[in-house]
Amino acid sequence: MSFLSADGVSHGYASRRSFLRRRPAPPVLEAVSLYIAQGETLGLLGRSGCGKSTLARLLTGLETPRQGTVRFQGKAISTLDKPGWQAFRRQVQMVFQDPQSAVNPRLTVAEIISEPLIHLTDLPRAQHPARVAELLEAVGLAHRLARRYPFELSGGQLQRVCIARALAPRPSLIVLDEAVSNLDLHLQIQMLELFTALKRDVGVAFLFVTHDLRLVERFCSRVLVMGAGQLVEDRPVTSPLTLTSPEGQALCQAVLPALPKQMTPLRERLALESVS
Amino acid sequence: MNAPPTHRTLTLEGMTVDTRDGRLVDDVSITLARGEVVALVGVSGSGKSLSCAAALDTLPSGTLKRAGQAHLDGAPIAATLLRGRVVASIMQNPRSAFNPVRTLKSHFDETLKGLGVARKARGPRTRQAMLDAGLDDPERLLKLYPFEMSGGMLQRTMIALALASEAPFLFADEPTTDLDVIHQRDILDLLADLRTRFGLGILLITHDMGVVARLADRVLVMDQGRLVESAPVETLFKRPQHGVSQALVEAHLALYPHLQAPS
Repeated sequence: MSFLSADGVSHGYASRRSFLRRRPAPPVLEAVSLYIAQGETLGLLGRSGCGKSTLARLLTGLETPRQGTVRFQGKAISTLDKPGWQAFRRQVQMVFQDPQSAVNPRLTVAEIISEPLIHLTDLPRAQHPARVAELLEAVGLAHRLARRYPFELSGGQLQRVCIARALAPRPSLIVLDEAVSNLDLHLQIQMLELFTALKRDVGVAFLFVTHDLRLVERFCSRVLVMGAGQLVEDRPVTSPLTLTSPEGQALCQAVLPALPKQMTPLRERLALESVS
Repeated sequence: MNAPPTHRTLTLEGMTVDTRDGRLVDDVSITLARGEVVALVGVSGSGKSLSCAAALDTLPSGTLKRAGQAHLDGAPIAATLLRGRVVASIMQNPRSAFNPVRTLKSHFDETLKGLGVARKARGPRTRQAMLDAGLDDPERLLKLYPFEMSGGMLQRTMIALALASEAPFLFADEPTTDLDVIHQRDILDLLADLRTRFGLGILLITHDMGVVARLADRVLVMDQGRLVESAPVETLFKRPQHGVSQALVEAHLALYPHLQAPS
């Protein structure tokens, strides 16, 4: 059974240009259907503005779709009762792209990470500091940062605080919306290794929203390609990853080179030149 | 773009930046020639941006420039003369670099006015710079506000502003980090093109070795405020010497699992 699914989901945002005449909202998503299985790592690939973040927000229940339903363990999330909703909140966590706007600036790091523990779990308060310390260690942050405030941290440190917060209630699915793209490369890889370990040891599922094909190839088992509000491709990840939709190919071709041009093997260079 | 042909090399010497708590940048020297792309790489917080800010006297509050002097073709030059005239800058987040309540045209006017360009000459120079930066239909775009444009378009506009100033050198601080791969490729293509067309000397600050591989001729590696390695780009990818450089290249190549090791 699919863990989380979307069924014919459409969504749009009303333009506020004219307040006398509400213009019909241009669609951001049109009839999108997808599923995420238990323990799966699914990549959602698309360029900016294609609607992938909107889809992530709908899947986590942050917004309600205009049309269609989002189902959590087979049940439409709009019909969940209070305990059901709380279970959904605990089991599906999200990490956003911009960490500065995703944390309360008046809380310390320890308080930020404790919030889901307080509201979503029945872990006794006395055990929260130990859990926070454990989480900080997992994301590679020094324990002394626990008493700092967000403005005292760098973007990369704060993003890892957000990741620790998402891990705190031991979720079954984590939605990562460009959550690692602003980190230094070695930290990106460190985070991917952490996620891989969670997937392997605890069976956590991931929805990995990104525009970077290299990360999908490294981390995901299945990939969806999105173009202009619609899913255009759905395939298992292979190495090297080959995408056949025009949108997918555009993303493939834009991948940065591994090595300086002078170093790419001669045959590869010739092949490139004969194309252009 | 006809910058005076005499401006051949820009040298930043002995840039040193302190805070109350300690040293952030320690004696960093960078030489940049026209038509050359030098990449300044390192993990975040290693002092890449601060080194450049020290040269342009745009250090954030709380930091203090202890030492450092810029030279243009061997002669010392004040930071105020460097900024905008000799060195144009583009930044990671173009959206925060624009005034949200003013049109693009007024940004160009302000820049050109600051450089002492006559009112009549501003319009044509603006339009030419936009076309050079790959922005077609400048008349329509100049009427727009920053929020009406995508991140990629705004970054192009930043580059157009840099071109309009006719500065021979460009400091590009993480110019593509916030863009998606397609816009990223386009902006890097544009920078490569400007380098050959106008002989722009580019100092490229980045943490992405893919960007370095695409664009750079020479790489400077920074760690904890110091320059630890300087090498031509192929050498750095083939035989990185310092531990930090090795880690950067290794982490980067790990993203290309199906790539055969360079022989």
